[in-house]
Amino acid sequence: MYRTMIKGLFACMLGISSALVLTLSAASAVHASGTIKIGSFLALTGPASFLGDPELKTLQMYVGEINQKGGVLGKKLELVYYDTSGKAKVAKDVVKRLIKKDRVDLIVGGSTSGTTLAVIDIVEREKIPFISLAGSIRIIKPVKKWVFKTPHTDRMAAAKIFEDMKKRNISKVALITGNGGFDKSGHAQCLDLAPKYGINIVADESYNNADTDMTTQLTKIRATDAKAILNFGFGKAPAIVTKNVRQLGIKLPLYQSHGVASKKFIELAGDAANGVRLPAAALIVAEQLPDNDPQKPVLLSYKKKYEAKYGPVSTFGGHAYDGLFIAVEAIKRAGCVDKAKVRDEIEKTKGFVGTGGVFNMGPDDHLGLGLDAFKMVEIENGAWKLLY
Amino acid sequence: MRLLGLGIFAAVIAILPLLFPENYYVTVVGVTMFFNVILAVGLNLFMGYAGQISLGHAAFFGLGAYSSAILTTKFGFNPWLAMGAGVALVWIVSYLVAKPILRLKGHYLAMATLGFGIIIHIFLVQYDTLTGGPDGLSSIPELSIFGWPINSDLRWYAVSATVMLLSILFSLNIVASRHGRALQAVHGSEVAAETMGIDTSRVKVHIFVISAVMAAVTGSLFVHEQAFISPDSCSFFFSIELVTMVVLGGMASTFGAVFGAAILTYLPEFLVVFQDFKVLIFGGILMFIMIFLPEGLFVGLCRLFTHFKQEQKECLTS
Repeated sequence: MYRTMIKGLFACMLGISSALVLTLSAASAVHASGTIKIGSFLALTGPASFLGDPELKTLQMYVGEINQKGGVLGKKLELVYYDTSGKAKVAKDVVKRLIKKDRVDLIVGGSTSGTTLAVIDIVEREKIPFISLAGSIRIIKPVKKWVFKTPHTDRMAAAKIFEDMKKRNISKVALITGNGGFDKSGHAQCLDLAPKYGINIVADESYNNADTDMTTQLTKIRATDAKAILNFGFGKAPAIVTKNVRQLGIKLPLYQSHGVASKKFIELAGDAANGVRLPAAALIVAEQLPDNDPQKPVLLSYKKKYEAKYGPVSTFGGHAYDGLFIAVEAIKRAGCVDKAKVRDEIEKTKGFVGTGGVFNMGPDDHLGLGLDAFKMVEIENGAWKLLY
Repeated sequence: MRLLGLGIFAAVIAILPLLFPENYYVTVVGVTMFFNVILAVGLNLFMGYAGQISLGHAAFFGLGAYSSAILTTKFGFNPWLAMGAGVALVWIVSYLVAKPILRLKGHYLAMATLGFGIIIHIFLVQYDTLTGGPDGLSSIPELSIFGWPINSDLRWYAVSATVMLLSILFSLNIVASRHGRALQAVHGSEVAAETMGIDTSRVKVHIFVISAVMAAVTGSLFVHEQAFISPDSCSFFFSIELVTMVVLGGMASTFGAVFGAAILTYLPEFLVVFQDFKVLIFGGILMFIMIFLPEGLFVGLCRLFTHFKQEQKECLTS
C-alpha cells in the first residue's frame, strides 16, 4: 500500500517539477528583450471559439509576415496569447498575467464583450493601450482612456437594421433575443433606438442560448401584428430561430444581427437562411463591392492570404487584422513603444482602411467607424448578396 | 503547539513578498490563492468536519460579491457598509436555506445545494437591471482602511493574507472547541451524536451559516480587488473547484484545505506553458493524486511521514 503511494507520489512530483522547469526556461527565453510584445487573450475554446480561432490565425499570420519584412522600428514583433474560453473570470486572470508577468507593450484581443468588459478596469489602472475585438458599445461608451476597439458596435447594427426597415415601410417589429452578453446588449440597444426610427416593438421574446427549439416564442410572435422579426444573437441559436420561422410558415421578413455573419450560420440554417437580411462588415461581400471602394483591395488581399493558409474567412478575423495594423501604425508613428505615446497615436488614427471600414478615431470616438461601414446583406441561394 | 503550523505558515507568507516584491507568482497569484484558501477553509468546516456536502458554495461567494458591487456602484454605499450588508444578507439567506436543505443527506443534499447555486446564478444573469446581466458590473470602488487606500498588489497581498490567517486561526479554534467535537460526532454518526445530547440539526445549520458567511466576506474582498464581477466568477464550476480543493488537500484538515487551494491556484498558472495540453496534464495530476493519495495530498503525506517515523523506531528497537 505505502509502496504504491510512494511510486504515485514520485510520478506527481516528476510532473510538477518538469512543469516548473519548463515555466522557468520559458520565462528566461521571454526576457531576451529587444522585441515588441503584443499581448492577446482570445476565446480559442468554448462556445465563442468561432471568434477567437480566426482572430488568432490572423494575428499569427500577420505577425509572421511583418517579422519577415524586418519587423517594426527594426524590432521583431512577439505575440503572447492565452485562451479565455470566453470566460470573464479567466480573461481577468490572463490579462493580469500579460501585464505583470509577460510585461507586454500593448494588448490586442478580447473576443467577446464579456471578456473585454471584465478587463477594462485593470487595463485602465495599469495604463496599457488595449484594442478590443468585441462588439458591445459599452466598451467605448463612455470613452475610456486606454481602451479602443475595431468591430462595429451592436448599436450600429441595430441602427442599420432599423434604417433598412424604414426603407421598406416596416414600423411594427417583433424582437427575439438570447440570454448571452451579446444578445442582452443588442437587445438594450434595439429598445433604445427603435423610437428614434419610429419603430414600434410589438413583441419582445427571449430564449436561452442553449435552447434547441424556439417555436413557442415564435408562435407568440405570430399572434401579434408584427411586420418583421428581428433576432439579435450569435452562435447556434439564431440558426435555430431561422429554421423555426420557416417551419412555422411565418412569411414575415427576418432580420439577423452581424453576429451571424459567418459561413457557419448558412451551414447551420441551410435553406432556411435564404432571404435573411443582416448588416455585416464588407469582408464577406468583398468581390461584390464596386471597384472604386477604398476597402476593396485591402479586403481582397486579406481574403486571399487567409484563405490560402487556413480556409474561408470570417469578419471576426478581419477585426484582428484591423486591431493589429492600427497598433503597428501607431507604434511606427510614435517611433517607440512608450505606452502613453502609442496610446496617443492610436487615438490619432485617421483614414486607416481596414476590413471593418475606414477608421477615423478621435478623443471622443475610440472606434472611428460610421454607419456606412456596415453593408446590408441578404442571403440568396446560400451565399451573401450585397444590397447596399 | 496546536498553532505551530499556523505560525510557520504565517512566517513564510510574511517573508515571501519581502524577498520577491515584484514577482507575479507571489503578489498577484498569491492574492487569488489567499481568497481561495479562505473559501476552501470555510467549506472544509462544513464538508470535511461536519461530513456534509455543498455543490453551491460559489452562490454565497457571489451573493457577497454582488452585494458589495451593487451597493457601492448603484447606491453609493461605503464599501465597508456594503460588505456588512452583504454578510447580513448571506447570513439570513444561508440560515433560511439551511433549515430545510440540511434535513437531506448524501446525494439529495448534493442535488439541493447544486440547485440553489444554479438558481442564484440564473438570477444574476437574468436580473440585469440590477446585476448588469452576463456582462457583470465594473468600476467598483477600491477599499481603504482609515484613509489608507488598498490599491496596489502588495497592499492587497497584506490585507488578503491577514484575513486568510485569521480565517485559518478561526477554523483551527472551532475544530478544537466543543462545537468542533460536536461536528466530528455528527460526521461519525448522527444517531450516535444525538444520543450524546448533540442537537445535530442546529450544529449543522450553524456550521453551514459560518461557512457561507466566510464565503460572503471573501466575495466582498474579491470584488474590490478585481473592481469587476460577472456571473462567471460564481458559476457552478467554481463550486466544483472549491469542492475539489477541499478533497484534494484532504478532508477534515484545515491545512489540507489550504494545501488544496494552493495547488489548484498555482498548478494552472505553471501549466500554461503547455498551451493546448494544460487541461490534460492538470487532469492527469489530479487523478494521480487521488489514486495514490485518496485521503488527499496533505493528509496522505502526513500519514506517510508518521508511518516512516514509526518504521524507523521499529528498526531501532529490533
